[in-house]
Amino acid sequence: MSFINYASREINCKIVYYGPGLCGKTTNLQYVYQKTAADAKGKMISLATETERTLFFDFLPLALGEIRGFKTRFHLYTVPGQVFYDASRKLILKGVDGVVFVADSQEERMDANIESVENLRINLIEQGYDLDKIPYVVQYNKRDLPNVVSVDELRRELNPTGVPEFEACATTGEGVFETLKAIAKLILFDLKKGK
Amino acid sequence: MSNPQLIMYDEEFKQINVVLEKLLREANAKVIFLVDKNGQLITGCGETERFDTTSLASLTAGNIAATGGLAKLIGEKEFSILFHEGEKDNLHISIVAGRVILVVLFDTRSSLGLVRLRVKKASEELTSIFTKLLEKSEEKEKSGDSEFPFAEITDDDIDNLFS
Repeated sequence: MSFINYASREINCKIVYYGPGLCGKTTNLQYVYQKTAADAKGKMISLATETERTLFFDFLPLALGEIRGFKTRFHLYTVPGQVFYDASRKLILKGVDGVVFVADSQEERMDANIESVENLRINLIEQGYDLDKIPYVVQYNKRDLPNVVSVDELRRELNPTGVPEFEACATTGEGVFETLKAIAKLILFDLKKGK
Repeated sequence: MSNPQLIMYDEEFKQINVVLEKLLREANAKVIFLVDKNGQLITGCGETERFDTTSLASLTAGNIAATGGLAKLIGEKEFSILFHEGEKDNLHISIVAGRVILVVLFDTRSSLGLVRLRVKKASEELTSIFTKLLEKSEEKEKSGDSEFPFAEITDDDIDNLFS
């Protein structure tokens, strides 16, 4: 859950990037990191294996500016996508304010996408959240590759409830900030609504 | 939800800082941080400018979450104290009031025994402050008196953040 500090006039929110292994969660964060002004970002932390697969999480703090006199910070996390890291994924969802599901658009990863969305739903329930109620957006990544599934089909399988969705190519940055902005917006409006 | 939203008010923030300053002195520590279990830094005192406090907070929470997972696997509720020993500096990490993490960084000028002793005392004081804090935010929520800063937020406000 977000942390509101009236004493230092700050609001901190936690965004988690979820998705199957190698779908581009870390790449999303790396692009955000590269394109953010030095004074607006902290150090990016990646707890990864020697082969650069995420082992526990990536973490990127962003301090984008003030809203109504409150410093607004977003803490971006990724989960390890590989199936056997499920115990770690659950831990990272603790206290989440909003989720970005990064789907791999390639045909051969469709089953992995579906499995990962299901896994997200189950793991959220364990933490006391309902995927249909929390701020949630979907990103169809790797649109630049030749063997991609159509957006219609991705939508049918992965986004039946019609949450905001974005086509992206995280390596070039296309759609990355659009996704982040959408989830930030949902979270802040959710905070407003909750009060 | 498992954890209600943490809201910090001026009064309690000051009280917490007083407790931490005292702990810093009495335990001969270098730095002390208080971190939310979700990885957000609440406050710190001592030589905080020497450290990347945001990263420290996030990793501490990750650490507590991971050891908490281990604890459950062996049938424990949680491991409420963690100690990391380095060549020069050491970290004493403990869970306070079930939901915040107290991190004490100390070197050879102090000792594990002293830190443990002082942390125990400070934890009791912090627990009572956090209990009051939670009651207070619940009360405010019930009475609708939340003076929430984002009540008037607009699309433009958010767009400006990304401009």
